[in-house]
Amino acid sequence: MFELLGIPPQVLLGQLLLGLINGSFYAVLSLGLAVIFGLLNIINFSHGAQYMMGAFVAWMLLAYLGIGYWWALIASPLIVGATGLLLERFALSRLYKLDHLYGLLLTFGVALIIQGLFRNYYGISGQPYQIPDLLSGGQNLGFMYLPNYRAWVVVASVIACLGTWFMIEKTRLGAYLRAATENPVLVGAFGINVPRMIMLTYAFGVALAGFAGVLAAPIYSVNPNMGADLIIVVFAVVVIGGMGSILGAIVTGYGLGLIEGLTRVFYPEGSAVVIFVIMAIVLMIKPEGLFGRAN
Amino acid sequence: MTEPLLKVRDLNGWYGESHVLHGIDFDVREGEVVTLLGRNGAGKTSTLLAIMGILSKRTGSVVYSGTETIGMEPRHIARQGIALCPEERGIFASLSVEENLMLPPRIADGGLALNRIFDLFPNLHERRRSQGTKLSGGEQQMLAIARILRTGARLLLLDEPTEGLAPVIVQQIGRTIQTLKTEGFTVVLVEQNFRFAASVADRHHVVDQGRVVDMIDGREIDANMDKLHAYLGV
Repeated sequence: MFELLGIPPQVLLGQLLLGLINGSFYAVLSLGLAVIFGLLNIINFSHGAQYMMGAFVAWMLLAYLGIGYWWALIASPLIVGATGLLLERFALSRLYKLDHLYGLLLTFGVALIIQGLFRNYYGISGQPYQIPDLLSGGQNLGFMYLPNYRAWVVVASVIACLGTWFMIEKTRLGAYLRAATENPVLVGAFGINVPRMIMLTYAFGVALAGFAGVLAAPIYSVNPNMGADLIIVVFAVVVIGGMGSILGAIVTGYGLGLIEGLTRVFYPEGSAVVIFVIMAIVLMIKPEGLFGRAN
Repeated sequence: MTEPLLKVRDLNGWYGESHVLHGIDFDVREGEVVTLLGRNGAGKTSTLLAIMGILSKRTGSVVYSGTETIGMEPRHIARQGIALCPEERGIFASLSVEENLMLPPRIADGGLALNRIFDLFPNLHERRRSQGTKLSGGEQQMLAIARILRTGARLLLLDEPTEGLAPVIVQQIGRTIQTLKTEGFTVVLVEQNFRFAASVADRHHVVDQGRVVDMIDGREIDANMDKLHAYLGV
């Protein structure tokens, strides 16, 4: 088989696949951040903690109630989304009249509290979560071995991203959302309940984080720090894609996952920082992000 | 005489610390087209925004169809049956023409049917798939008016619908307002274009320094021309 710059294709494709899986998480998480930022103008710093909660709730459902992966895939995002709903209703909504920085500070504090609570009760060693039976095993593609669960993560994230994109860009509900993002005062003057829309939008973005957490549970160990490690990269992804851009978040998420994978092949030392290097370059050349609109 | 559809009494309004409305009084009867005329900064737009509740720091009384709305939020005022066509038109760039048109929710029966609206504004039908802000200024104005006609709102607040538009478009908007009147809509029109206002309205209110300082019947406008010129400084 072919070789590229002395790299065997197994290595290249293997790293690309790994990149695509990481990219799946980047895409779903940055999508949730973009949805929230678009309408609320708040950078949701607790997104990583809410992702971690998604994984933990899935684990708890199994450990305490015997509820398996497939139900958890629905129930956990709903539960985590509900906590987001309460957070918005009782805390975030009080800050909209102030500078956006206060929302960031609040969600940052909430993230630390949530992580601290989980660390206190469950330690940092991590809880194992089994791959569901249906998705155990893998496929031999000839050039590499593809674990079924990893393929599922990619498929599920694509479904979540496309579904969200469709809902926002193509439905009547999405039209309300886009309009309220542009001019909430006028949308309210048409008789639409904008505060409720903001609350549900925040809950939806948080639920997406929870969904990503459930997807991650069988791959990464379920531990209180899993979100904190990931979210910094996701923030960089959002900055590169453009704040609030739905399509930008999705494309940039997968794209940067792949670029990270490629870097791991050709220059492994740079793989941990390549996204931040790209972020710095994008900020200098096109500060509004690759898909963002300049104001 | 029947109760007016809209009764505004001693309406005061503030932007922050800046007191812009100093006791606006006027009535609008059902089916009437009335104007608020006045110089720039007289308080015409602020009056509409205060009626709609968008200018939220306000006191006095705004009774619509027997209901006091002064303490209500804009979305509840809208649900009473009042709709605003704002001065800046408020067309949404991220929505298509059709999405813009369908955005305001129906609040009551009796709005115009969609095909009736497309009869009035054929351009909008042709361009319904375009991005809202890709329309010409005149078409955007048509869209801004059109979208509040299908909701069932009975009182339309139109803020300078002719501003910056070509004479032929101004005429079309004039005919549209006539049509709305025959359809039974009630209209409060803010205008700088006095000749346009005179051609469509039943009554004129002159606004100056946050007060209604005079009211002139549409039929007596010729006799009052000098007075109006003095008020408006034209």
